[in-house]
Amino acid sequence: MLVEEIMNPDVITLTPDATIAEALTVLHENRIRHIPIVDDQLHVIGIVSDRDVRDASPSILQKDSAEKVLQNELKSIMSHPVVTVHPLDFVEEVASIFYDEEFACVPVVRDYKLVGMVTEKDMLYTLIHLTGTNVQSSHIEVKVPHKPGILPEVASVFGKRKTNITSVLVYPFKNDPNYKILVFRIQTMNPMPVINDLRECGYELMWPNNMTGPKS
Amino acid sequence: MKCDASFVFSDAMLGYHFNADHPFNQKRVVLAKELLAAANTLDESQIIAPKKATEDELALFHDRAYIQAIKKAGEGLLQDDGGLEYGIGTEDTPIFQNMHDASSYLVGGTLTAVDAVLSGKVSHALNLGGGLHHGFKRRAAGFCIYNDAAVAIKYIREKYNLKVLYVDTDAHHGDGVQWAFYEDPNVCTLSIHETGRYLFPGTGNINERGIKDGHGYAFNLPIDAFTEDDSFLQVYEAAFKEIAEYFQPDIIITQNGADAHCYDPLTHLCATMAIYEKIPALAHELSHTYCNGKWIALGGGGYDSWRVVPRAWAQIWNVMTTGKHKLGDIPEDWLSKWQMESPVSLPATWQDDKNIVPTIPRKKDITEKNYKVLQSALKYTKHRHT
Repeated sequence: MLVEEIMNPDVITLTPDATIAEALTVLHENRIRHIPIVDDQLHVIGIVSDRDVRDASPSILQKDSAEKVLQNELKSIMSHPVVTVHPLDFVEEVASIFYDEEFACVPVVRDYKLVGMVTEKDMLYTLIHLTGTNVQSSHIEVKVPHKPGILPEVASVFGKRKTNITSVLVYPFKNDPNYKILVFRIQTMNPMPVINDLRECGYELMWPNNMTGPKS
Repeated sequence: MKCDASFVFSDAMLGYHFNADHPFNQKRVVLAKELLAAANTLDESQIIAPKKATEDELALFHDRAYIQAIKKAGEGLLQDDGGLEYGIGTEDTPIFQNMHDASSYLVGGTLTAVDAVLSGKVSHALNLGGGLHHGFKRRAAGFCIYNDAAVAIKYIREKYNLKVLYVDTDAHHGDGVQWAFYEDPNVCTLSIHETGRYLFPGTGNINERGIKDGHGYAFNLPIDAFTEDDSFLQVYEAAFKEIAEYFQPDIIITQNGADAHCYDPLTHLCATMAIYEKIPALAHELSHTYCNGKWIALGGGGYDSWRVVPRAWAQIWNVMTTGKHKLGDIPEDWLSKWQMESPVSLPATWQDDKNIVPTIPRKKDITEKNYKVLQSALKYTKHRHT
């Protein structure tokens, strides 16, 4: 999946000479946590987060100096240079940036111009879709040897039962490189026939469908 | 309390039959009905025949294109893969002859139950052929073609303008009904079910609370696999009482899937018959507290057709008509008639022996976790009804 598919193209920006007071208003009114700072060519020259603004804001106990502090320009507090991504980057690359750099948001830049933003929340939404938990399904985990051709082999068991697969994930099995866990979400309320088929093919199933049969 | 009630039944309801191997089997309705007859708690005069829902009635909830596809499928006129878009032709909901007519009778049965209660003829009505809560607007799922509860609630809203509390105790999340009224503040849904972490349909999280005007009118209690009687009843009773007080319904509709039992092959809950005595008892009590007795009960899931479902469903009727569940022995006539056909030994008493539940090592943790689920699900009710 590409960044351009999940980014928000309607970005709220400010210029470096805007004030902290303006940033506070923009963050509050739009319920956002980051504002890219751009010049008149839409080049990203900095970024300001709600925390930067909060850190730069006077304490509520210091009423007299508050107004003056809030008139400081954003260029005095913005972070720069800014890590950006391209619309054709992969979503998982953005996830790595969030993890490695401990960011919660990156601007998307094409031809040096700001075209969108991707936030941690967008990433989590994508993850929910990738795992398929947002659609009607039963969840089955199968432990398989880590070898070529194993995925279509297991998937064919579902195909024979005309069971629609809504998502597939492949996990490492603990620390053993010889095995993988295949996680299927399948559109069926009665996974027992498929579970029996998988067992007959010699696959090991994970909890709670690893019970040997009806509970009686 | 002794009440007037109607029992919806006719042989027309038995046409809803996928195939001999399918876990959803209407024989369960016959077994429950005969058990009641054998126990002398169901009189012929209390039985009313279901009408067949019209296409206009189905269209109160379902898409016309979907209804046409179901009609075509039942006449053998749908191409091989033509049903997949509508969720039919799968192992869960295979195509069968006259499936439209058969499904229309189940919906009609629930509408018949609604009319019996709302015309004032009786206080309560029971349609064990209904409760097909996974049916979507234009897609069949989880053994359900037309969603009788969703159609009936739309019908009540349009024809009678009443506030409806829908309570779903099936072990699977009542997703079709929940999503149908997710934006509607006049329909409150409560579903208690095994967590969707592994179990179909996977939804029914606490944080599904409704949207727009309907926010705060969807409640979910996703309980842990291996939950036992006490914990199930603790969260069910607390939630149902508090939500009824908060919502102040005009009518209660309950879906009575009987698949939370430890014998059920499709779920991982570990209840006994004890919950199927308390579930209708509380619905009965609250319908009299808030709705002048207006209560409609439906069937639903339940896949141990011989040992669990007939007793569980018969107790709904026992409670409806006498205010009490049955105790003691199962009538000998019923046992001798059906034991030959049953692949398992039929239970000889209405109650279960507690020892049928396997020892659950993490019972304490599961109970504690379910209680946290309850607290979280009810987080907003107290603030709202002040």
